[in-house]
Amino acid sequence: MSVRDYLRERFFPHMWCPGCGHGTVLNALLRAVEKLGLDKSEIVMVSGIGCSARISGYVDFHTMHTIHGRALAFATGIKMSRPELSVLVPMGDGDALAIGGNHFLHAARRNIDLTAIIMNNRIYGMTGGQFSPLTGYGCFGTTAPYGSVDHSFDLVELSTSAGASFVARSTTYHVIELAGIIEKAIAHRGFSVVEVMSQCPTNFGRRNQAGSAVEMLETYRKQTVPLDSEAAQTSPEKIRRGVFVEKKRPEYTEAYEEMIRSATGES
Amino acid sequence: MSRQIEFVQGNVACAKAALYAGLEFFAGYPITPSSEIAEYMAKRLPQNGGKFLQMEDEIASICAIIGASLTGRKVMTATSGPGFSLMQEALGYAVMTEIPCVIANVQRGGPSTGLPTHVSQGDVNQARYGTHGEHAIVALTASTAQDIFTLTVDAFNFAETYRTPVILLLDETTGHLRERLEVPAADGIATVGRLKTTVSQGVDYHPYLPREDGRLPMSDFGGAHRYNVTGLFHDMWGFPTENPKIVYGLIRHLVDKIDHNADQMARWKEYYIDDAPTLLVSYGAAARSALHLVENRRKRGEKLGLLELQTLWPFPHELVREKCRHALSIVVVEMNMGQVLQQVKLAVRQPEKAFLANRIDGELITPTDIQNIIHVIQGKGV
Repeated sequence: MSVRDYLRERFFPHMWCPGCGHGTVLNALLRAVEKLGLDKSEIVMVSGIGCSARISGYVDFHTMHTIHGRALAFATGIKMSRPELSVLVPMGDGDALAIGGNHFLHAARRNIDLTAIIMNNRIYGMTGGQFSPLTGYGCFGTTAPYGSVDHSFDLVELSTSAGASFVARSTTYHVIELAGIIEKAIAHRGFSVVEVMSQCPTNFGRRNQAGSAVEMLETYRKQTVPLDSEAAQTSPEKIRRGVFVEKKRPEYTEAYEEMIRSATGES
Repeated sequence: MSRQIEFVQGNVACAKAALYAGLEFFAGYPITPSSEIAEYMAKRLPQNGGKFLQMEDEIASICAIIGASLTGRKVMTATSGPGFSLMQEALGYAVMTEIPCVIANVQRGGPSTGLPTHVSQGDVNQARYGTHGEHAIVALTASTAQDIFTLTVDAFNFAETYRTPVILLLDETTGHLRERLEVPAADGIATVGRLKTTVSQGVDYHPYLPREDGRLPMSDFGGAHRYNVTGLFHDMWGFPTENPKIVYGLIRHLVDKIDHNADQMARWKEYYIDDAPTLLVSYGAAARSALHLVENRRKRGEKLGLLELQTLWPFPHELVREKCRHALSIVVVEMNMGQVLQQVKLAVRQPEKAFLANRIDGELITPTDIQNIIHVIQGKGV
């Protein structure tokens, strides 16, 4: 099946701004799905609210566009009911970590087999550029006109300590790497987190002198290093990319089926 | 076959009825005075191959059941006032996306944390108006364990028939009161299964295209048909639209499918109403005291009657108007500041004849309280 077959082309053109990184995430996601050879009917995509959430409208899977921050809670109900389905949950940084932060922590703690893809553009884009939990200290947004005094989460550390059994980070510059990471994340049995640094030239870039979309991508190239590279050792100030956590932990729906067998006296 | 008679709390009667109605999936968060429902489900659902989830909060709980319902399960959550407040946004999502679910709100004193272990009926209007935007809702209540059982089955049936969330407005007194429950035989109360589409796999399925009778057949999400669901205004494919005609059509559909079937959903009980110049209108725990008073006074020759409402939303205005036709005074007995009284005044021909007998101090209203208020209304003093 070609990547194009996964798209609902009648809904194009998409609503993302010129230069937005989210289309690149969609591209990498579909290539990962194609590589895994998944049928469209085996995949559920549940999204929340925001620019990121609109991704669910463009893919020809079973798609549910829910309410702000709660995509993982809806996805938990779907996955518990139909554990055989692959459930993908794309979210924005505000969606996943501000309003949805609690659901994110608890989905990771349960290690339920969902693939959380956090499209981190460091801003609330759809509402016009307010600062998010990943905007960063000193950076600007419409609600941080003097520079934000809020510090950011480190999404990788947060996910790891909350119990996610697959944690990775990549960027929209590193498209081949990104598709490979998403492929691994979907194939992983357990709660998988992929942070994708995805540029928002319209609302983050413009207010933070980050330049055009191309310049922002260039920054991703220069300011990030592979996790296991020598540069990661010599330049600790740079952001590390790659797979940080990939481990086996009891998966929630499997543990639940085991519990049902015990409750019904089958085991 | 021997009859199955039990001595249970109203909350347990509710939980048993949910399983009787075919519940397969429950998600909840602990809160007094509803927790017994979750505890019952935690034990029983896995034994039936069903799923019980304790989520991180009430918001996650209602979202999880909506997700599970879409995949074809009968679902429920249970909570009390503060949790019900948290659920309001997702409740609106279930209204908009027309996903069947049942939400039990075992009412306690509010606002805020209020009186966690005391009775109240303060959430009648929240059930109706709590979520934002124009919409209609179904809310049922009951005063005995037996009726809680019946109305809980009704709640699941209405949820499936009308593709809507249904709210069960129980209260602390009826939820915790232990009394006799005769569990109906397996075929004793009809249960409504999900209306599923006859469109075969590979053929275009329109999730939001009503049939001629107005009902929308469902396709289990993740199954034969791929479609989109959104809380945005949407077309018959489930895709977002801002087309004014479609927006208008959808909002009319959401409201009309409930309001036009108010008669079908009206549930009530009546006691001695034909010759009663003074008619009590009540529901839930308050109706127990009202009935006690009516039966006591009847023995003394005083002609009191009682109309006990079990469907609160859509409010049965026609029914109330008809039943109150001959009454010289109508006394609405409830444990709030007159939330049902407002509706009764809208329903009856002479609203100035409708009075309130209430208690809002966390104590169950007693027959004596009601009697005293009737005396005041009748100008007899207390």
